Amino acid sequence: MVEFNLPANSKVGVGKTVNVANGAKRAKTFKIYRWNPDDGQNPRVDSYVVDLDKFGPMILDAIIYIKNQVDSTLTFRRSCREGICGSCAMNIDGTNTLACLKAIDEVPGDVKIYPLPHMPVVKDLVPDLKHIYAQLASIKPWLQSQSPAPSRERLQSPEDRAKLDGLYECILCFCCSTSCPSYWWNGDRYLGPSILLQAYRWIADSRDEMTGERLDNLEDPFRLYRCHTIMNCTKACPKGLNPAKAIAEIKKLMVARR
Amino acid sequence: MASNSKTLRSPLQVARGLGSAKHGTEHWWSQRLTSIALVPLTVWFVFGVIGHLGADHAAFVAWMKSPFSAVMMILTAVVTFHHAQSGLQVVIEDYVNVEWQKMALIIGVKFLSFALAAACVLAVVKIFIGA
Repeated sequence: MVEFNLPANSKVGVGKTVNVANGAKRAKTFKIYRWNPDDGQNPRVDSYVVDLDKFGPMILDAIIYIKNQVDSTLTFRRSCREGICGSCAMNIDGTNTLACLKAIDEVPGDVKIYPLPHMPVVKDLVPDLKHIYAQLASIKPWLQSQSPAPSRERLQSPEDRAKLDGLYECILCFCCSTSCPSYWWNGDRYLGPSILLQAYRWIADSRDEMTGERLDNLEDPFRLYRCHTIMNCTKACPKGLNPAKAIAEIKKLMVARR
Repeated sequence: MASNSKTLRSPLQVARGLGSAKHGTEHWWSQRLTSIALVPLTVWFVFGVIGHLGADHAAFVAWMKSPFSAVMMILTAVVTFHHAQSGLQVVIEDYVNVEWQKMALIIGVKFLSFALAAACVLAVVKIFIGA
């Protein structure tokens, strides 16, 4: 549902400013969304002025520095720090991306950091991913077959394997789904680009024998057809994948099997 | 109560919901087909109207008396309204989340579209038969 007004207690205020740059030559301001479920306060944006010579070149380096040296209450997810785990997905400078893959010098002026848009917030930059993980589980993202399990690996031709390129690389950071207006308005039923790309990854797999059932499960005005090729997903993907194309391929198969 | 009954459900129960409707492809495909059909029809309609700029009533009636024009005009009206109602249905489904409001709007749009299409067809037929 479109929400033109923010729900009560969602008005974002101006928080504290912490300056630890000490007049450094390369000082930069990070404006970070803060919300604590325990203090009953509205969300606020805190400013941290830091010296860029104190840490590495990426946004993730900066927020790890802030958490370690400046404000230990700052809460965010991170793990691999090299763009393969998908944990540090957040909205940086107005775009959903991975903090570990986004260089600080790509952002002119102050760096604004918010959680992934339109997801419930657990705390600060941590979104609640319960529903989208359940949507992933609902498409059964694993190989399913009817024939008896073979005694050795399931073979696949190099050509069929190549069909999975651009699909298997998805790390489930959900930058795409949370950039999609259709997912914002109808995320309760629309599966969104990330889950549909995962669904297509198994539909396109030559070893999977449940293609028809998978298409049956997706053929729905809301689950699939809320995609109006807005293309924010493809623009947002920090791994350079094309979820919009995967969705278009599903739509083509829907027509082909009529 | 409502929020309680939601929080006690498992996330997978909520995500799976009522299951897949197993339709939607026909609707999507008919939107593409009507779009393609509207390309020549709209071009014909626009050039037809431009060609009659400043013409009097009699000239328009004479235009619609040609079988080709009459058929094209009926197709233009029917396809336009079919395309409009199916597109508006998608817009309403996108933006209206209260079930009865969504239903009422979709029904209203469909009834209005088919009524207007019927009125257009009757008007063309009436001129063509020569009332």
